[in-house]
Amino acid sequence: MGSTVAEKIFAGKCGRKVTAGEVVMAGIDAAMIHDITGPLAIKKFYEMDGDTVFNPESVILLFDHQIPADSIPAAENHVYMRRFAEEQQIQNYDLREGICHQVVMEKGRALPGQIVVGADSHTCMYGAGGAFATGIGSTDMGFVLKFGALYFRIPESIKIAVSGSFAEKVGAKDLILAIARDLGADGATYKSLEFMGETIRNMEMAGRMTCCNMAIEMGAKAGIVPPDEITHEYFAKRVKNYERIHLESDEDAVYALEKDFDVTDLSPQVAVPHNVDLARDVEDVAGTHIDQVFIGSCTNGRFEDLQEAARVLGERKFSDAVRVIVIPASREEYLKSLRAGFIERFVEAGALVEAPCCGPCMGGAFGLLAPGEVSLSTSNRNFRGRQGSTEASVYLCSPATAAASAIFGEITDPREV
Amino acid sequence: MRVWKFGDNIDTDAIIPGRYLTIYDPRDLASHAFEGTKDEFSKNAREGDIVVGGSNFGCGSSREHAPLALSGAGIHFIIAKSFARIFYRNAINVGLLPLICPDAGEIRDGSEISVRIREGNIEYGERKLTFEPVPEFLQSIIDAGGLVEFGRDRKEVPLCTKSL
Repeated sequence: MGSTVAEKIFAGKCGRKVTAGEVVMAGIDAAMIHDITGPLAIKKFYEMDGDTVFNPESVILLFDHQIPADSIPAAENHVYMRRFAEEQQIQNYDLREGICHQVVMEKGRALPGQIVVGADSHTCMYGAGGAFATGIGSTDMGFVLKFGALYFRIPESIKIAVSGSFAEKVGAKDLILAIARDLGADGATYKSLEFMGETIRNMEMAGRMTCCNMAIEMGAKAGIVPPDEITHEYFAKRVKNYERIHLESDEDAVYALEKDFDVTDLSPQVAVPHNVDLARDVEDVAGTHIDQVFIGSCTNGRFEDLQEAARVLGERKFSDAVRVIVIPASREEYLKSLRAGFIERFVEAGALVEAPCCGPCMGGAFGLLAPGEVSLSTSNRNFRGRQGSTEASVYLCSPATAAASAIFGEITDPREV
Repeated sequence: MRVWKFGDNIDTDAIIPGRYLTIYDPRDLASHAFEGTKDEFSKNAREGDIVVGGSNFGCGSSREHAPLALSGAGIHFIIAKSFARIFYRNAINVGLLPLICPDAGEIRDGSEISVRIREGNIEYGERKLTFEPVPEFLQSIIDAGGLVEFGRDRKEVPLCTKSL
């Protein structure tokens, strides 16, 4: 019986064959903490009589949810984590670099075949680079900081085979919303989604990150794209002495479920309130009134996303009836977008462009909604109250759909713009 | 003990809204639990009350504030048809016991039930509903008194052994 990519990553760590269902205490290659879940993880580390972290170079520490500090308690959390970084000799990216998940990828801190954990549910995004990466809580993270290890139940895998070429203005976000629509919000609980097929092989890293980022929205423990030349090119530029490893599932690997998707005729997808799996074809919700549009987040705040939005916008202006908030995912993405002229274009068109951070997706810092208001967002969650009032509504979509809708002040099919 | 009944896909934003994530004290968090979703919970929940949900309870964020808020409200048990993965582990780590019960949907809001751990069932009126046993590896952590105690007792942990 062959092995899946997830099984192979754990087998690589353990030096023996492992199979789904087995529970192992596995060594951790990297661990990420940010300003929301980090302070509690540090407290738990001390409660466990932690003295020095397992390896300061394997800890990624930064702030992205509440920056610059939006309240005195947030500022105190930042001070607490800065002191910890100093005490433990951990490199502190502080508030300079951007959203944790984008920064981990850009800095090459989660590589193919590695096991990486983060105290944030969207940590599964690093699977886009061929790592096994999963989100954990603060107590689990306190344990990781002390021991450099955590217990895992090795997950079964679901094979997601994608074929076909996207129509213009349709892309990775539409695909992952369509997959969520099919699998359901708990359709992959405890499992690993393994993305494969020609569409994935042809997809650039930005799109792969969008797909793996949202694996958690189906309950998945991880989302993984087996590494290929695109992966290796991405990391070779970023990591000294980068080692190209070969990692793919065996032909006779056992999957809990196998799903085929053909994107040839896929319409842009919009997830309607209040669950991510409530995706609809954009045609069915076009005309819906919106008050705010958010283009950004770890799901869709990359250069490629802003490029897509800028392309749809063209020389037009955003509707005065809509507040448009654009937030690049990181400093690197911000600079690339700035140099390409997208930022100037968004500002001219009437958008607010903010410095890299989680923004309205955090639901506490800024960009909140009043009761009855509607947001259209390129982020990952449309739960009730996610972006402010529990009586507000959040719709999720791609950067192309967000830009098209922001021009007209209502949900708009980007293919008609 | 009184049941607080919820539906499917109860997410962590509903349990504790994002604007309260700078709070770490369980009792302070409890005063905002289900704010805007079920406001009477924070006002009226009493020590020993039980939260009952449908499928995928606790989906969404990794924020441990969510199980902490329920713990701060005096909740010891959460009964649901199924749990989201991160929430399930977090709940155990903060001393809540999540119980998977296929018949959770039948338990009515406001009813009185008692959880009988040793017998492995839930007494609900005349009925006895069964729940799945906690996986063995998690039981060893519960037996140690939680992950903090499990971690405090050890200087290092053996890697990749067949059992913890």
